[in-house]
Amino acid sequence: MNKITGSEVIVQCLLEEGVTTIFGFPGGAVIDLYDTLMDSKVHHVLVRHEQGAVHAADGLARVTGDVGVALLTSGPGATNGVTAIATAYMDSIPMVILTGQVPTPLIGNDAFQEVDIVGITRPCTKHNYLVNKAEDLLPTLREAFHIARTGRPGPVLVDLPKDVVASMIEFTEKKPIRMQNYQPTYEPHLGQVEKACKAILKAKQPVLYVGGGVILSNSNEELTVLAKNLNIPVTMTLMGLGGFPGRDSLSMGMLGMHGSYTSNMAVAKSDLLIAVGARFDDRVTGRVDAFAPHAKIIHIDIDPTSISKNVTVDIPIVADCKHALAAMNKWFSTSGENLQSIGDTHNAWIETINEWTKKHPMTYHDEGETIKPQFVIEKLDELTNGDAIITTEVGQNQMWAAQFYKFNRPRHLVTSGGLGTMGFGLPAAIGAKMAFPEATVIDVAGDGSIQMNIQELSTAKQYGCPVIVCILNNNYLGMVRQWQELFYDKRYASTVMEVTPDFVALAEAYGAVGFRCDKTSEVKETIRKALEAVKENTVILDFRISREEGVFPMVPAGKATTEMLLV
Amino acid sequence: MKHTLSVLLQNKPGVLSRVTGLFSGRGFNIESLSVAETLDSSLSCLTLVTSGNEAIVEQITKQLHKLIDVIKVTDISESEYVEREMALIRVKAENTTRAEVLRIIDIFRGKVVDVSPKAYAVEVTGTATKIQAIIDILRPIGIKEIVRTGTIAMARAPKK
Ligand SMILES: Cc1ncc(C[n+]2csc(CCOP(=O)(O)OP(=O)(O)O)c2C)c(N)n1
Ligand SMILES: [Mg+2]
Repeated sequence: MNKITGSEVIVQCLLEEGVTTIFGFPGGAVIDLYDTLMDSKVHHVLVRHEQGAVHAADGLARVTGDVGVALLTSGPGATNGVTAIATAYMDSIPMVILTGQVPTPLIGNDAFQEVDIVGITRPCTKHNYLVNKAEDLLPTLREAFHIARTGRPGPVLVDLPKDVVASMIEFTEKKPIRMQNYQPTYEPHLGQVEKACKAILKAKQPVLYVGGGVILSNSNEELTVLAKNLNIPVTMTLMGLGGFPGRDSLSMGMLGMHGSYTSNMAVAKSDLLIAVGARFDDRVTGRVDAFAPHAKIIHIDIDPTSISKNVTVDIPIVADCKHALAAMNKWFSTSGENLQSIGDTHNAWIETINEWTKKHPMTYHDEGETIKPQFVIEKLDELTNGDAIITTEVGQNQMWAAQFYKFNRPRHLVTSGGLGTMGFGLPAAIGAKMAFPEATVIDVAGDGSIQMNIQELSTAKQYGCPVIVCILNNNYLGMVRQWQELFYDKRYASTVMEVTPDFVALAEAYGAVGFRCDKTSEVKETIRKALEAVKENTVILDFRISREEGVFPMVPAGKATTEMLLV
Repeated sequence: MKHTLSVLLQNKPGVLSRVTGLFSGRGFNIESLSVAETLDSSLSCLTLVTSGNEAIVEQITKQLHKLIDVIKVTDISESEYVEREMALIRVKAENTTRAEVLRIIDIFRGKVVDVSPKAYAVEVTGTATKIQAIIDILRPIGIKEIVRTGTIAMARAPKK
C-alpha cells in the first residue's frame, strides 16, 4: 500500500468531505500542513487573527449549512480561536477546527507553544480529539466531520501533534461511519406526532415559536406549510429569523427581551405553544414561570437535553425538525380534516394579534435630520428587498438589525446569538461572501464591536471579498449604556468611547472605501452608493446616529415578557 | 433525593474529565464517584452518586448521554440494586482498646489489614450507611486516618 504524509492525509480528507475553502493562520506546529496546502486544491484564506479564522469559517457554515473549517497553530494560535469556537458551540454551528500541537514526545513538558487545547475547549466543543497515533489520524478526522454535521451540529476540534502530521500513513477508503455511542434521533415518534397534531386541532390560540433548529435542519419550507395550512402565527428567536418569511402576514417577528410587543403578548396569551428547534433561552422566556402560562407546550428538538431543561414540556418530540414537521404535515393532509376550516377557527386569534400590532408596532420616534438607527436598517431592508446576507456585531446594532430587517429567507441572518460575541460580524461576513461571491453581504456593526476584529479588513482586501460594514455609530457601548441608563441610575461607567477612530480614514488605510453620513435625508443615498461601490471594494459606512437611542421594546432581565418597556 | 447512576463509557484518556467537567460546569452535584475498567477493557464503568429532584436528575442523565464517549447511562436507584463502598480505617489499638476494636471489626465483618504497635488498619465494605456506622463507633476510640472509595453499584438480576 502507498503511504502518504499526515499532511497529505488531512488535505485529502478535507477534499473528500467537500471542503474547498478553509481559514487559518500559520505557525511552527502547522508548517508542514501549510506546505502541503500550498499545492493543493483546498483554498486557504489567511486571516489576520485566529478569532477571525474561526468566525469566518463559522460564517461560511451558517450561510451554506456545510462544515466550516479553520486551521490554527498550537499555543496562542489555538487559544486565540477559543472565543470563536465557543461562539459556534452556543449556536450549534457545524465546524471542524484543526489545531497544531507540539510533537507527542514533548506533550506535557511545557514545550514551546504547548497548550492543552483539548482540555481548554472541552466545554465549548461538541467533541474534541488529540490525535496521538498516526493510524488514528484519518479515522479521527472522518469522525470529526461526521459528528460536526450530524445530530445537533457543533464545532469539533482536532489537535494534531507535529510528529503525527509528519508521519507516513495509508489513506484507506472511506466507509460509512457507525458509532455505537453516538446515534442522533432523526425520525420522530409517530405517536407523539399524532398527539401534537391533535393538540393543534384543539387549540384556539396557537403560536409557532421557531428557533435556530429550523435553520440548521433546513426545514423552513415544512414549517411554512404547517403555519400556512393551519393559519398559525409565527414568532422567531434571534437564531430563527428567516425560518419563516418576515414579510408574511403570519410573521410576528422576534420574541423575547427585545421582541415585538405582538410576539410577547401572543405567547403570553396562547393556549398552545409549538416550539420548533428552540431552546427556551432566558433572553426568550424572561421570568420562566410567567412564560406562556396558559399554553400547552409541544417541543420539537433533536437534542433531548433541550427538552424540559428550562420549561416543562407537555408533548416532547425528539427528532430532526425537518422530519418532525414533515410528519406533522403528512398527518394533517391524511387526517381527513378540513384544514381550511380549522385555520379559520384561528381568525379571531389572528385578529387579536393584528390589534396588538396596530397598537404597538415596531417603531421609533422620528428626530428630523438626526439619524435613527432603525431608519438605517429599514432603508437597508428596502434597498436590498430583504434578500441581503446580514451579519451583525453585538449590542444595540444587532437588535435593531433583528427587529427592522425583514428576512425573507433562512441563512441570511448571521449573528452570534448564544454567546453574543462582539467582533463576530466582520469575519463572519467575509466567510459568507467567500461562500456566495454574488451575494450582497452587510455587517451591521457598532462602533465598539467593529474594533474587535477590524484587522480582517485586510483579509477582505487581499482576497477580493468586498462586504459592506454598516456602523451604527453612537460612540457608546450602547447596549451596556442602555442598561446603565435604565437600571443603574444613569451612571455610565466605561461605556463612553472617548476615542474612536475616523472610520472613513481607517477604511482608506485598509484600501477600502468609507462614507460618513450624519443626516437622515442622506441615508438612502449613502446606502445606494455603498451598494454600488461594494461591487468593487469593501465599504465602511459611518452612520452618526442619535447617540442615546435605545432598543425597544425591552423586557428587563428577570421580568415577565409582558412587562415590556415600550418606545 | 439521592440517585445512583451507572455510566458505561469509553476507556480513553480525558473521558473522566468530560464527565466531571459536565458536573462542575453545569452546577450538578457529585457525592461520590468511582470508575474502573469493565470486562471489556475498552470500556469503563463509572458509578456516580448525585442528588437532585426529578428534573435535575433527568437533565444529568441526558447531558451524560450527550457526551460522545458515553455509551449508556442507567439510574440504577430506580429499581432494586446492590451498592457497596469500602473504607480503610486506621484506628488506635492500644492495650486497653485492642480487644474492643477487634470486637467491633468482627461485628461489622471487617478485616485487619495492617498492624502496628499502636494501631490497626481495618478494611470494611458495605453500604454507605454501614461504613458511616462503623466510623461513628470507632471514632471515640480514636481514628487516625480514613480512606473511602466511592459507592459502586449493580442492578439486581431479575428474580426469575
Ligand atoms: C467580546 C464581548 N465583550 C463584551 C460584551 C458586552 N457587550 C454587549 S453589547 C456591548 C456594547 C457594544 O457596543 P457597540 O459595538 O458600539 O454596539 P452598540 O450597542 O452601541 O450598538 C458590550 C460591551 C460582549 N457582548 N462581547
Ligand atoms: Mg456603539
